[in-house]
Amino acid sequence: MHPLLSLQDISYAYHNLKGETPALTNISLQVSEGEFLAIVGPSGCGKSTLLSIIAGLLIPESGTIYYRGLASAEYHQDSILKIGYMLQHDHLFEWRTIYQNVILGLELNHALTADNITYVETLLKDYDLYAFKDKKPSELSGGMRQRAALIRTMAIHPELLLLDEPFSALDFQTRLSVSADIAQIIRKTGKTALLITHDLSEAITLADRVIVLSRRPACIKCEMPISYPIDRSNPLAVRCTREYQDYFNHLWEVLTDEPSIC
Amino acid sequence: MNRPFAKTAAPVSVRQQQFLLAHYRHHHLISLARLILLILFLGIWETSARMGWIDTFFFSSPSGIIRYLYEMFLEHSIFMHIGITLFETILSFLLVTVISLVLATLLWYKSSLSEILEPYLVILNALPKSALAPLLIVWLGTGTNTIIVAGISVAIFGSIISLYTGFCQADPETLKLIYTLGGSRRDALFKVVLPSSVPLILSNMKVNIGLSLVGVIIGEFLAARRGLGYLIIYGSQVFQLNMVITSIIILCGIAMIFYKLIQSAEHYYRKKY
Repeated sequence: MHPLLSLQDISYAYHNLKGETPALTNISLQVSEGEFLAIVGPSGCGKSTLLSIIAGLLIPESGTIYYRGLASAEYHQDSILKIGYMLQHDHLFEWRTIYQNVILGLELNHALTADNITYVETLLKDYDLYAFKDKKPSELSGGMRQRAALIRTMAIHPELLLLDEPFSALDFQTRLSVSADIAQIIRKTGKTALLITHDLSEAITLADRVIVLSRRPACIKCEMPISYPIDRSNPLAVRCTREYQDYFNHLWEVLTDEPSIC
Repeated sequence: MNRPFAKTAAPVSVRQQQFLLAHYRHHHLISLARLILLILFLGIWETSARMGWIDTFFFSSPSGIIRYLYEMFLEHSIFMHIGITLFETILSFLLVTVISLVLATLLWYKSSLSEILEPYLVILNALPKSALAPLLIVWLGTGTNTIIVAGISVAIFGSIISLYTGFCQADPETLKLIYTLGGSRRDALFKVVLPSSVPLILSNMKVNIGLSLVGVIIGEFLAARRGLGYLIIYGSQVFQLNMVITSIIILCGIAMIFYKLIQSAEHYYRKKY
């Protein structure tokens, strides 16, 4: 059986008149169905570039992406809806209500069917936002806004969620609870998720597997499966376990070990 | 929700009452100072005219202007002149608004087109539009068409440049959101660029209404037999300074009304969104 997502020797460079800036070098990785994978690396190492390539927003200079065994050239035309993308900021439109914001993806894909609308309303109820559906984004807290952004992403029924540092704009306290909430939601719905973050603690707390990238041009330095003997719903309890400390110490060593060993 | 001036049932503290009192007093003082300045100016002007310090033949006087305005109201001719100038200004303004919005959108949509046209737009914007007036008269004759085109020519190029620059400043991450949700460049335009540019479009309209009025008056100076611009140029030729100054004062009133109307639309938008 094919993995949900497979990257083979992906390389990418940015070009301008001053020259070429390599961003990614021969990245190969696989993501299985239902897995929560986190990719960490130093700031500016090319993490977001990698996500943009997976989402089909950038075309790799070399290498191939397979989605359920299909090469990217085949799947992006027909199945773009299967990828959901959460950005660093919620980017809710102030001129729209929360309800109008969360149905944006359905609107863009001409998929405002009765079933999808019912699904969105269920999500709003599940994430405690139904009472706020007619409010403007400015009337919601940071955590509520991020949940609304998640509903907007989930509304299009994505099979793969790409999370591009979605909690980094939140304050520490909100960040802990919102990240735990969202990770729970993703696990409960069985979605496959790929989280990009520069926060090692967040990656170790939330993911099933962590990949460490080197400085630019990024390559994979280390891969580590993560598991805990306790339930993950409480991020603070997870952070108090011995396993968390071990993972953190090991990955921190890898992350700070320069020059690149890949 | 953050509504500092919303009425709530909570009792207002003494300090809040003092703050509100000081706030309203400040605003009343500003309004009073403006009124005093106007009265002072009119008073000095009128006194200077009556005392013979200035020649009323060249400088007129407030009472002379009121008398002249009253006469024009009685013979109804002023309404025709105001109506013509209003019609030409509003038509020029609407055309400028629509054309510049369409062209700025096109430039945003096709970035290569904007690269090609950019130097031409900058040159046309910098060109003194009064230099085009003789050409317009030769091409379009004397009359309403020439005046409306003159009104458009003054505002259009700056408006296109300003709108296009604003459209290009749309948040790239928000545009990325549209693409990640499966949207196209057209969706990015209609869902992000245009809605987020409404405040810019409104402030651009505030500038355009004034510029359209300037263009129309330039056009009426050169190619009209009716309108406030015609009255100004005719009055100066026959040394009827009452006619000139009265027309200028009416123009000030028109400019203020237009500005206030668009400002109200802006306030309505800000309140709603």
